[in-house]
Amino acid sequence: MKRKLLVLALLSMIYFSLIAQPIPVGSQAPDFSLKNVDGTTVSLSDYANEKGVMVIFSCNPCPYVQAYEDRMIALHHEFAPQGYPVVFINPNDAVQQPEDSIEKMKERAAEKNYPFPYLKDETQEVYQAYGATRTPEIFLLKNEGGSFTVAYTGTVDDNYKDASAVEEAFAANAVKALLAGNNPDPASTVAIGCGIKKKN
Amino acid sequence: MKSILLILISFLISTFTLKDTVPRANSESMVDSDIMVVDFKQLQPFLEIDNDTIYVVNFWATWCGPCVREIPYFEQLRDKYEGENLKIVMVSLDMSDDLDTRVIPFMRKYDMKNKVLLLDDPQSNRWIPLVDEKWTGAIPATLIYGNGFREFYAKEFTFSELDKIIKPLLSN
Repeated sequence: MKRKLLVLALLSMIYFSLIAQPIPVGSQAPDFSLKNVDGTTVSLSDYANEKGVMVIFSCNPCPYVQAYEDRMIALHHEFAPQGYPVVFINPNDAVQQPEDSIEKMKERAAEKNYPFPYLKDETQEVYQAYGATRTPEIFLLKNEGGSFTVAYTGTVDDNYKDASAVEEAFAANAVKALLAGNNPDPASTVAIGCGIKKKN
Repeated sequence: MKSILLILISFLISTFTLKDTVPRANSESMVDSDIMVVDFKQLQPFLEIDNDTIYVVNFWATWCGPCVREIPYFEQLRDKYEGENLKIVMVSLDMSDDLDTRVIPFMRKYDMKNKVLLLDDPQSNRWIPLVDEKWTGAIPATLIYGNGFREFYAKEFTFSELDKIIKPLLSN
C-alpha cells in the first residue's frame, strides 16, 4: 500500500507541474496577430506607440466576464488616453461553446459597444503562450522600447459581485503604479473564472 | 397456476428489495438536497478534515460546461463506494442570487445526492491560494485528500480517471 501511495504521489507530482500557470511577471510578452470582430487583423506590435497594453482573455457567456464587463470597459476609458488601452482576446473553442463563435463575438461587441478590439484566438496558440487558464484573465504589458514585458497578471479587483464593495482595484492600481514609474503590487492575483475551452 | 406463483414470487422479492433500499434512499436525498451557503471561513474546515475518510471536494458551477459534464461521475463515485470511507463535497461557485432559480433546480434535475455547498465569498484572490497555491481559479477544479494523501486537480475528470485515484486510496 505504501508503495502504491508513493507511485501515486510521484504521478501526481508530475501532473502537478503540468497545471497551466500564467507566464511570470517580468517575462517577455508573446507576440500575437489575430482577427478582430471588424475583419481587420490586430497585432501586439500595433501598440508600439503606447506605454503598454492591457490584454484580457475574455469570452461571451462566462458570468464572471459579464459581472466584470462594464468595469473592464471602464478601465479602457480611463487608461487608454493615458497610454494603456485594453484588448480582448477570446480563446474559447467555438465548437464546444458556440456562444463564442466569431459571429456571436461581433454581436456582443456591438451590443456592449466595445471601445477596443475583440480578437479571436482561433488556433489557441496565444492563450497557451500566455499561460492563461480562465476568462476573464488580465495580462498588463509594459512597452519597453518596442518590446513588451508582463507587469501584472490576474483579475480586475477583489469583488466580482459588487463593484461598490471593492477594496482593492488590482488592475487599475497596477496601471497607476506603472504610470508613476513603479512596479505593480501585488504583481499577480488569482480569481474564480471560467476555464478556457480547449479544442479536442 | 405457474404464472400466479411467478407473480407472487416476484412480488415478494420486490417488496423485500423495496423495503431494503427505498426508505434509505428517500431519507438520504431529503437530507442531501439541502444546500448550505457558506463563506470561505466556513468552507475551510471541509478542506482539512483529518480522520480515516478520503474527501473529494469539487468546485463547480451550473454555468460551467465541463463541470456539468463531470457531475454524474461524482455521483457514480458515491454510488460505487457507498458504505466506504469516502465523502464527496460539491462546492458550487454560482452567484448566491441564483440559488433558488438555478442551483436548486439543477441539483434536482441531476438528482445530486452528494453534499452541496454554495461558496459565497467574492474575495476569491484571498481564498483561492488557501485551497491550493497552484490554483489560478479556473473551474472545474477538484481537491482529493485524506490518509496522508493530498492532491489538487485543475481539470475535467472522466469516471475512470477519478476511480483510478480513489480506488487505491480506499483499499488501505
